[in-house]
Parts: sequence; C-alpha cells; structure tokens
Amino acid sequence: METYYNPEDLSKFSSISEGAPELWKKFSEWYGAVFAEGALTEREKSLIALAVAHAVQCPYCIDAYTQACFEKGSNKEQMTEAVHVASAIKGGAALIHGVQMRNAAEKIGM
Amino acid sequence: MDDTRSDIGAQGASNPFDASLLGSRLFPLMSSGVTVLQVNMGRLCNQSCRHCHVEAGPGRVEVMGRVTLEACVNILKERRYPIVDITGGAPEMNPNYRWFVQECLRLGCHVKTRTNLTILLEEGYKDLPAFFAGSRVEVIASLPYYLPDETDRQRGEGVFEASIEALKILNSFGYGVEGGLALNLVFNPCGAFLPPSQKSITEDFRKELKKRYGISFTGLFTITNMPIGRFLKFLKDSGNLKRYMERLKSSYNPVAASNVMCRQTLSVGWDGSLFDCDFNQMLGLRCDHGAPDHIEDFKGAELEARRIVTGLHCYGCTAGAGSSCTGAVA
Repeated sequence: METYYNPEDLSKFSSISEGAPELWKKFSEWYGAVFAEGALTEREKSLIALAVAHAVQCPYCIDAYTQACFEKGSNKEQMTEAVHVASAIKGGAALIHGVQMRNAAEKIGM
Repeated sequence: MDDTRSDIGAQGASNPFDASLLGSRLFPLMSSGVTVLQVNMGRLCNQSCRHCHVEAGPGRVEVMGRVTLEACVNILKERRYPIVDITGGAPEMNPNYRWFVQECLRLGCHVKTRTNLTILLEEGYKDLPAFFAGSRVEVIASLPYYLPDETDRQRGEGVFEASIEALKILNSFGYGVEGGLALNLVFNPCGAFLPPSQKSITEDFRKELKKRYGISFTGLFTITNMPIGRFLKFLKDSGNLKRYMERLKSSYNPVAASNVMCRQTLSVGWDGSLFDCDFNQMLGLRCDHGAPDHIEDFKGAELEARRIVTGLHCYGCTAGAGSSCTGAVA
C-alpha cells in the first residue's frame, strides 16, 4: 500500500542536498554541532529530540531518535517519560487556550 | 547456521569489509602476535539467550574433550601466551573445567573466565565462587542491563533475579569490591542497536546496582551484538537485518578496526579447530590463508603472523567505539 511516509526515505535524507548543496552543508554542520556533547550530554539531547519528535509528530524523527536514545544509553522507561513531557506540554498548550475561550465567551455573553 | 554463512560470512577477499580495511590501510588484516588464547569449552549452557551467537543451550552436545584441552595446555607451555580467556556455552559445565583452569594457573597465565552467573546457583556448581576466589581468576559476567525486564527478555525468565543473587555471592567472596578480585560485567544491547558509550553506561550500572541491590563491580565491557546465530535470526524475523547491517557498516571506525581483538587472539573450538575469533568460529570460518586450522597441526610462528579471515560480520567489531570480548576498543 502506498503511503505518504516511507521508512526507507529516512536514509535518503541527504538527497535533499540536490538543488541546494550549500544550504544542506550548513544544515548538516549545524545539526552535528547541536547534538555534540556540550552543557547537555548527548544522551540528554537525544531525549529532548525524541520528545520534540512526538510534539511535531515526525515519524522519521521518532524512528531515528528511538534508536539514538538506546544508543546513548537511555531505556524505555526514560524514553516514555520524555514522551509524556512532550504530551503534557502539548496538552497544556491546548488547555491554556481555554482561558481565551472563556475570555471570548465572557465578552460576547450577557 | 548454513544460511548464516551464506548471508554474512565467507565473502572472500572482495567483501565490502576488506574494502573498508583497504580504505584505512589495514588490508590485509594481520595478526599482531597472539597474547590471548581463547578457549571455547563447548556449546552446552543452562541458558538459551535470544542474542547468543553460539546458539548455546541445555540441548547442545558439543563439549571440548580432555585431549583437546591438554593440547591447549601444551600450546600455552610452548608459546607462553599470557592470557587465557575461557568461554562457551557455560564453560563451567565442561567436566574438565576446574582441571583446565588450574593447569593454566600453574603455567602462570592470567585466566579470564566468562560466566552467565545463573550457573553459579545450580546444583554441582555452587562451589565455583569459592573456586574462583581461591584461584584468583578474573570473572567476566554477563548482565545485559540493570533492570529485570530487559535482562529477562534477552536471557530468559528469572535470569535477572538469579544473576543478582550470584553477583551478591561473588561480592561476598571479594569479587568486585574495592581492592578485591576482578569482576567485570558484560553489557550488550537488548535489541538491534549499537551499545552506548562504555563510560556512560558503566556509570549507570555502578549507580543503579549499588542503589538497588548493594552490588559493586570492577568494570563493564560493552559488546555489540553480532549478526550471527540467534541474533541473526532475530534480525531476520523482526525485519531489522538490512537496517542493522547498514548501521554497522556506516559506523565503521578505522581506529576500532586497527584494534580489533582477532589481531591478538587465537580462538580454539570445542573440537580443536582454530579460528581468528569466537564469531568466525560460529560461522565455521577457520584460520586460513595458509595458517594451520586445527590444534593437531598447531604451528605457533605461522599462527602468530597469520592473515585474519574477514566477512561482513566483522563490521560488528568496528562500528562506533568498536567491540571486543573486553569491550570498546576506540
């Protein structure tokens, strides 16, 4: 069955360089630097990436950073908690807009 | 095992791994002299782990006999290799195990004995911690994770709990405690991914095993799962083979390649066949390129300068920080 998302496309990511090689080069260098050990460990950065991948609902990123988290030493328990953090922020972000709803309701109501 | 060989091993001189070696000026891969005689005492084991490249288990009948073990002792006498690495299966289940350890020690060798831990709780083997301590051998113990679920999924129901009990016993005999005897753990991934940094996962194990169970240990070796035996079957059955092989290949590290263990190791199979490593042993890839391939034909000088037999599976030892029977190599 054809789908918009094909798992094999993940390994073709670098093909996006065709057409804009300089931009790809800059992106790759920046991306590599972002995930290198710094004030945060590589393991912490991978967990953040996994959480964000769920927030932006990118199946490629979820696939890649599930593996990356294991390879940086995280376990399923920790990865599941990271996904809950992303979900809580997503849920909270929706819910806080309820205040806007209440403001609007207040304004137009009698 | 036959499809293992045809899929992965025996690629000859033109295999992609040799091309990678060529690119890092390591082709052909040569022994740098033997310092470790690794003796696989047999495929009999009380566990049947899902990742085991040996496909060891209680039903296996391949066990090294006394004649072959005596030949190993004679090699050690003649060549004075400083380290003997005893593996299996569960090597302790070989009826000549204790005798062989004592012979190696008598020759002044440093003995490393690999244990799956749970064998130490079985009837007939409960004296082994005392035997280890009395012999002052280095114990290398399998414990893939500090949590029960991961460990039991890989090694079998109840293995984690028994392993913890065995580690506590080893600690009580002075293994893994400060100033005590060497107790090194072996971590390997519970799935189709590379191990994490040896340093960081060692810190996790040290903290968690101490906090949860009061257990201490000397060091920890990270070992990459090899696409051989039961782990190969898992990769195929789960649809992970292609991706895992690509991961290993794309993570090729020339520094790890220059430090691969086969360059200092000679591996002896249960029937006396000679191999460059335990992985080649399970693929049936004997020493070649003119070097003797059986202990009956042993010629030290030739084997110590032999060319290593390589295949696609060798990427497992050169990926990332590398992998060996004593952990990361880069």
